[in-house]
Amino acid sequence: MARSKTNDDRGDMMQGTLAMLILRTLLLAPAHGHTIAYAIERTSEDILQVEHGSLYPALHRLEERGLIASFWGTSENNRKAKYYRITPTGRKHLASERNRWDQIVNAIARVLGPATE
Amino acid sequence: MSWLRYFRRPQRDQDFALEIDAYLQHEIDDNIARGMNPREAAFAAQRKFGNVTIAKETTHRMNTIGFLETLGQDLRYAARLIRLEPGFFSVAILCLALGIGANTAIFHLLDTVRLRTLPVANPQELVELEIGSSQRSGNFSSSHSDFTYALWDQLRTHQQAFSGLFVWEPTRFNTATGGEVRNVEGLYASGDFFRTLAVVPALGRVFSAEDDRPGCGAPGVVLGHSYWQREYGGQASAIGRKISIEGKPFEIIGVAQAGFFGVEVGKAFDVVIPVCAESLIDGESANTPKRDHWWLAVIGRLKPGWTLAQAHAHVEAISSGLFEATLPPSYTPETAKKYLAFKLTANPAGSGVSDLRSKYQDPLLILLGIAALVLVIACANLANLMLARASARERELAVRLAIGASRPRLIRQMLAESLLLAAIGAACGALLAQFLSSYLVRFLTTTDNPLYVDLGTDWRIFGFTAALAVLTCLLFGLMPAIRATRANPGTLMKASGRGLTDARERFGLRRILVVAQVALSLVLLVGALLFVRSLHKLLTLDAGFQESGVLVAEVNFSTLNYPPQRWNEVQSEILRRIRILPGVEQAAATSILPISGDRWNDEFLFVGANPSGKFLSNFSAVSPGYFRTLGTPLLAGRDFNEHDTTLKSPKVAIVNQSFIKKFLNGANPIGKRMRIETGPGEPETIYEVVGVTKDAKYVRLSDPFSPTVFTALDQTPKYGASTIMLSRSHLALTSQLAAIKREMAAISPAMSLNFYTLQSEIADSLLRERLMATLSGFFGFLAALLASIGLYGVMAYIVARRRGEIGIRIALGANRANVLTLIGSECGKLLLAGLLLGIGFALAASQAITKLLYGLSPTDPLTIVLSVLLLALVALPASLIPAIRASRLDPMQALREE
Repeated sequence: MARSKTNDDRGDMMQGTLAMLILRTLLLAPAHGHTIAYAIERTSEDILQVEHGSLYPALHRLEERGLIASFWGTSENNRKAKYYRITPTGRKHLASERNRWDQIVNAIARVLGPATE
Repeated sequence: MSWLRYFRRPQRDQDFALEIDAYLQHEIDDNIARGMNPREAAFAAQRKFGNVTIAKETTHRMNTIGFLETLGQDLRYAARLIRLEPGFFSVAILCLALGIGANTAIFHLLDTVRLRTLPVANPQELVELEIGSSQRSGNFSSSHSDFTYALWDQLRTHQQAFSGLFVWEPTRFNTATGGEVRNVEGLYASGDFFRTLAVVPALGRVFSAEDDRPGCGAPGVVLGHSYWQREYGGQASAIGRKISIEGKPFEIIGVAQAGFFGVEVGKAFDVVIPVCAESLIDGESANTPKRDHWWLAVIGRLKPGWTLAQAHAHVEAISSGLFEATLPPSYTPETAKKYLAFKLTANPAGSGVSDLRSKYQDPLLILLGIAALVLVIACANLANLMLARASARERELAVRLAIGASRPRLIRQMLAESLLLAAIGAACGALLAQFLSSYLVRFLTTTDNPLYVDLGTDWRIFGFTAALAVLTCLLFGLMPAIRATRANPGTLMKASGRGLTDARERFGLRRILVVAQVALSLVLLVGALLFVRSLHKLLTLDAGFQESGVLVAEVNFSTLNYPPQRWNEVQSEILRRIRILPGVEQAAATSILPISGDRWNDEFLFVGANPSGKFLSNFSAVSPGYFRTLGTPLLAGRDFNEHDTTLKSPKVAIVNQSFIKKFLNGANPIGKRMRIETGPGEPETIYEVVGVTKDAKYVRLSDPFSPTVFTALDQTPKYGASTIMLSRSHLALTSQLAAIKREMAAISPAMSLNFYTLQSEIADSLLRERLMATLSGFFGFLAALLASIGLYGVMAYIVARRRGEIGIRIALGANRANVLTLIGSECGKLLLAGLLLGIGFALAASQAITKLLYGLSPTDPLTIVLSVLLLALVALPASLIPAIRASRLDPMQALREE
């Protein structure tokens, strides 16, 4: 029991932020998993290293919650791939999550105060 | 979580695999574009993705319903175990099925007979009126007939406590118009019967007070619902048709509502007739005008606001008026004084009236007790089996824990196994209950006394026993899982198979269970043997007559409309015709058939003796040749002969040995004259004793021999236009029967006949004893078997546990006899403790069955010794097999296993 619990905790932490990143990425255009993974890495200038494997369960969870939808399509290099696009609910969710995130970041910044070096 | 998704799991998993594949292909493409060779590109792609399996599992878990997924796995695993261990599971399921099934069936019958209320509106308002005293004189129709017609007539006009009141009398009606009888279960009931019980017609109408008037002739009759279904195919056209009752046509006016069987539990009426028709049906021998014939029972419904106590006070208060107004003129002053002192009492009748109840309440309670013990033994056995399996699986569980199974998961799996076992057991139990209850009802049904019981399964008691058994299953099924998961798997793995005498305390529990099983099954065996031996005694006792080969023919000639003074003549003619039939060796007629339950007793005085020295004796009027036909030897004097008729000679009597012993202190009775009590105005009857016979049983086989006076049939006034013929022949029963039937038809085809053998009559009278012997025997044997299986289980376990020790002993020079003694004494200790405890229990419990035994004390030492021997005999192989197996142990092999 104990083992799976820690697993879930970590998942939850990751999930929130990862979900937001995925939704943000999909805001621009529908994409498949491989593109999403690289897009996140690139836009964060390689600071956020996503374990590509963990991206997929996250995608499924988002789909399950109706925040994104999927369809099978053909990729740029002519391969069959599962594409994801953001749904209207997803957009709304992203906006509210974004708000909350900004608040948290600001709050943390206020607590930490100006950098002292 | 969604059910739809749950069932689409395979599709989902496949989709996901494709998606991962797509990712890898993209990554490989990119890697190759970056200049890697294909092999490197593929590895790098895998690395980038991370653990494919974890990703797959995570998504799979998302798509599934975890509980269901694992439940399915657990059940499949459990089913596989059942296939692997058929012995264990069949014994466990047998235990469950027996415990649950037997209890459900017996409790169901007990509940129907004893506890359930009548299926009518507000049964708690129903009250039965009875006479507190049993010292009544006159004729009685059945055990709950407390009213004469005159008394009922008075009661209904004077009572104020009841909103409805009716009399009823169960009887049997012959619906054939001649020849062999076709009896139906009949009921006489007064006009308010249906209104009081609030029973509505299913078809047509039911009769009411207007239909039930004195002198009503042949009023309309109402059919029971099931009889209507059976005989008239449920056709509406039955209404208005005629039905022949004792040779007289009656019109069918309606059918009672379905499920209404009357007020007597265990019986269902076929035809109910207004009580006013009794005068017509019974003609000259009708009960209605007789003030000393007790034949009716009264039930009433309390007026709103009246309590039972108030009604009781009311009927008691009006009693003296009622009895004064109905004093039978034939009573002597003495009897009259008793009669006038009678008081009516009111008793609750919400659950109906039943002969069955008084007769079978005790036996059924005892059977329920036996079944409950079987359930306890079964549960103990089950617990033992589960424990034995558990210890064998400790290692397996430890291994599974060690390689990462979670504790709840293991417990869930054990739960699934126990539940599967319990479910199969309970299902078998329900089946067995159905089977057993129909068997019980068939057992208790005789041609004379059809038992009507609703045969459904009682789901409440089924639920209760099943819950108990399932609980046992779960408790002991889960124990190993809980124990195993609490301990450190490493310790467990090291311990199992190695410890020589570890787990002492669990051992203790199993020993206690086995000792309890042996003790309880000994109690059941003692009970079973007591009942079996008691039945055997009854079957083999010298009843004073030879019942085998005697054919009984009840002949009713009321349809021939002879006047009562010619009845004796008709009877003689019938007997004469039967006697001359080819093949008939002996034939006789009698007024009372032995062991049929019929009884005639009277008070008499010896002529010339002290007038206060009255004696009470059984009586029977028999024809010449009666004793020869039944095979009862005449010890002194003479039999009746053709000269003993009313007109020509003085009245004569034959007495039995008990009569001489009890009333004459063994003096010679021949020539003694006795005067039978008669009421004022009736001619005095004086009989002279002319013979002595050997004692013979009268009412019941289990009664001691009682003083009996036989009078000559032709000198005894007849009360009805019917007679009982006995014949003994060397012909086959069927041809003898056919010959009598032909001969009677030659006299008149309108006479009705009913045939049976004296043997079957006697067998029917021992029904209760046979029921007890059969069922307790069955359960007793089963309990012994279960206990032996339990014993075997424990012994086999002990041997398995001590393999290492035994191996060392053999290696050090112990021979086979030593090992046999070692294991045998272990087993003997358990058995002895169980037997001693069992004897104690049996002695303590035996008092409960005293009343149901014949000729045996419940603590009969021979029975107890026999039971102990029997149980030891059954248990012997159970203990010998493991002991012998231990003695043949190869020490090298046993030690190498360590």
